Amino acid sequence: MTYIAKPKFHHPGLKKNELGYTHRDYEGKISTLCAGCGHDSITASIIEACYELSIEPHRVAKISGIGCSSKTPDYFLGNSHGFNSVHGRMPSVLTGANLANRDLIYLGVSGDGDSASIGFGQFAHSIRRGVNMTYIVENNGVYGLTKGQFSATADRGSKSKKGVTNTDNAIDLVAIALQLGATFVARSFSGDKSQLVPLIAAAIGHRGASFIDVISPCIAFNNHAGSTKSFDYVREHNDAVNRLDVLVGRDPIAVEYAPGTVQVVEQHDGSKIALRKIDADYDPHDRLGAQTFLQKHAAKGQIVTGLLYVDPDAEDLHTHLNTVETPLNTLEADTLCPGSAALDKFNASLR
Amino acid sequence: MSDKKPLSSVNDFVVRFANVNGSGSASANEMFARAILRHGVPVSPRNIFPSNIQGLPTWYEVRVTEDGHLGARGGVDLMVAMNPQTWDKDVAGIEPGGYLFYDSTKPMPSTKFRDDITVIGVPLTAITNSTYTDPRQRQLFKNIIYLGSLSALLDMDPKLIEQLIGEQYKGKEKLLSSNVHALHLGRDWALQNLKCPIGLRVKKSDKVGDRIFIEGNSAAALGAVYGGATVCAWYPITPSSSVAEAFTAHCKKYRHDPETGKAKYAIVQGEDELASIGIVIGASWNGARAFTATSGPGISLMTEFIGLSYFAEIPAVIMNIQRAGPSTGMPTRTQQCDIIACAYASHGDTKHVLLFPEDPAEAFEFAAAAFDLAERLQTTIFLMLDLDIGMNHRLCRPLKWDDAKQYDRGKVMTTEMLEEGRDFGRYLDVDGDGIPYRTYPGTHPTKGSYFTRGTSRDRYARYSEEGSVYADNMQRLVRKFETAQDLVPRPLQANAERPTKYGVIYFGSTSPAMDEAIGLLEARGHQLDRLRIRAFPFHSSVASFLAEHDFVYVVEQNRDAQLRQLIVNENGIDPVRLVPIVHYDGTPITARYIAKAIGDHQDHLKVTPLRKAVS
Repeated sequence: MTYIAKPKFHHPGLKKNELGYTHRDYEGKISTLCAGCGHDSITASIIEACYELSIEPHRVAKISGIGCSSKTPDYFLGNSHGFNSVHGRMPSVLTGANLANRDLIYLGVSGDGDSASIGFGQFAHSIRRGVNMTYIVENNGVYGLTKGQFSATADRGSKSKKGVTNTDNAIDLVAIALQLGATFVARSFSGDKSQLVPLIAAAIGHRGASFIDVISPCIAFNNHAGSTKSFDYVREHNDAVNRLDVLVGRDPIAVEYAPGTVQVVEQHDGSKIALRKIDADYDPHDRLGAQTFLQKHAAKGQIVTGLLYVDPDAEDLHTHLNTVETPLNTLEADTLCPGSAALDKFNASLR
Repeated sequence: MSDKKPLSSVNDFVVRFANVNGSGSASANEMFARAILRHGVPVSPRNIFPSNIQGLPTWYEVRVTEDGHLGARGGVDLMVAMNPQTWDKDVAGIEPGGYLFYDSTKPMPSTKFRDDITVIGVPLTAITNSTYTDPRQRQLFKNIIYLGSLSALLDMDPKLIEQLIGEQYKGKEKLLSSNVHALHLGRDWALQNLKCPIGLRVKKSDKVGDRIFIEGNSAAALGAVYGGATVCAWYPITPSSSVAEAFTAHCKKYRHDPETGKAKYAIVQGEDELASIGIVIGASWNGARAFTATSGPGISLMTEFIGLSYFAEIPAVIMNIQRAGPSTGMPTRTQQCDIIACAYASHGDTKHVLLFPEDPAEAFEFAAAAFDLAERLQTTIFLMLDLDIGMNHRLCRPLKWDDAKQYDRGKVMTTEMLEEGRDFGRYLDVDGDGIPYRTYPGTHPTKGSYFTRGTSRDRYARYSEEGSVYADNMQRLVRKFETAQDLVPRPLQANAERPTKYGVIYFGSTSPAMDEAIGLLEARGHQLDRLRIRAFPFHSSVASFLAEHDFVYVVEQNRDAQLRQLIVNENGIDPVRLVPIVHYDGTPITARYIAKAIGDHQDHLKVTPLRKAVS
């Protein structure tokens, strides 16, 4: 169970990041998910990305909804405040938290049931508003915690473990995020840590609504033949648009891939994303192109992964609302309350 | 023509304007009410409007009341019938001996009138058409013209109205002079062609004092500004939308940094009520003062989050501007019908704090206090207004603020406290009041973080499904609710002149009608002690009041006597001793209604008991 604390012992020679933290400082409690669950790989990637970025763990607020994926914030960044909120409502809770304190890093963790079904509206509207967040959907196409019902991201024609064929059309959250104006849109696969870690790191560095759809096979209910979210299926149908590195003024995260052209994108926090282009024609600054690319490959049964779109000059909700730089949660009566003299004037205007 | 003597009254009558909505009558009617206030005579105006933008009937009622009775009175002494659609009903609603003011441009058959009223015709359309050519001008100035005629008929001082027009169109000379011109067109026509004044008259007085004239929603919104709210998330719904709109206006005025122009607030119009309350919960969890404003249907949608706020102990302020339910109900009519829905909102065992302001002044005070209470108690606080208070201008005492006041941010463990080595258990009752400490996210690198969840957990916020751990937490929540009893506004008691076995409990917008009803009941020989409840959980004085009286009337504006149910449930008392007096047709309760219902019951009680009669 999740109350099992992980032992804190670690090898004295464990590598430390800029802040002097080791990997272990970014871990949380022991996962209670099924052995081999794709979600645990995503947890590991989040830990890796935060370690690499030398983020102070307590400056991250991790917020989730309900479901297997939403349980995972308990398994990483144990020194961060976490909020396992209400099914499908992570986006609104995160939006509120972000408004209260613009200085923290907001990590929204959700699942396909949480974001594509019950919380489809909140997913859409938080993206529309440009909330500065990293929104990760751990997408397994199935309701795991309630034992194997189809979710809204399950592909039409795919089979459940019980042999039922899904007749409903699938929602592609990446396509929707692009359409709604997300300023950082990516897809990855839980089993591809070398692709996922830099994507998470880049998303955290992005100021604006970052969305990552991570296909994450459910080992218990959606990893069989006939499923389109199984390990085998995804590996066979994956088409990566690019590989990226995040350069944070130190050694880039080592990713060994076939050399291609490299495009460097500077982010708000000064970090740089280096895109190693695999597809020479792919331009990650073209929203319309990304949408077309995605649709074309979907028609061919291919799952496009990588960074599909990024707007390096994105604005966030605080910019739109023109809020003060000081976090709102630190303001007190001396700056918030207009006082009795103003009230007397107000009264006088109502006589 | 009249077979009943025309009504005669100075500074005590009811005028009702029957209009078509979207015709621009609202501002002229409001000016009429304000003009009477400028005479030093209290008024109590009420909008009676449809859930519609243009074309449907709307009424504006002004009770002129030298005695300061601000509740609705019932009945109409002077009907300004400007809407042919509702003519028959409007004419039928006039008190015998009353007056009918109408546009006489088009002749009406005599069958359309009554014999027992005074009919006053002014050819408004003819006057406007001969003066203005633009159709929009004709429409708007017609309203000012009837205002001018009424000023003559009611013996009002035209200078006071001119003054109001001057204030409204300050800096817009052309509009100002054309409005004054229209006013005199109507006034002069009446003075030359009609017997002025009629039996109803406005005479200068000094009964308004320093009181202000404000809508409850605007006052509540200002209370949120003074109370330090920085995040507001809302979804439009009648009759609450004007809270968020007023909050926006107040913030624009008071909450921008003078140097940078940046906003010390964030307002988000959510995609629905779920998102609105979610944003409030997220912001409050992160240490900001946040609120939402809604009405009944919104409360229904928010209940899951309200349960989370109760169980995970996250502050939230919800302003509920009640309207008639259930379902869509009557969106533009008033009721106090969400008492039970709010007191016990959400699944599982929950209880929530409710505040019941009686008028805009209390709406301001309670709104500001709600944020202190929410942070002190780490739970949802409902500010229970209704359409009657929220959307009508009400004369009330000036708003007051003590500059020495600091916000009560509740029990928050700081970096320093954590550094000192203070034991932090998120759900640990260290002080015995049921209220634990919380930390804001980002406080300390290694201490004080915790995982917030709606699932059961132990005192240190660790997930647990142990029965004893769960029960321990639920018991602490009960203790916390007991602590709340002494923190919320106390009931106010007013005793009758002579000792009495009878009492009456009331709350919220019923207040002015109740106060007036007491006078009417005394005139009938009935003495009643009064207790105005201002919050739930009930203070111990509620139980004492019940114990001290044989029968207690509970007056409220809903069908099922919801406050009575709550009192019975929470105090475990014999329901027979609590007599429900309910009014729920969507109109504001009146003193006449209360006095009749209680008076009849009292008369009935005084019938000699059967046993005594036969023995």
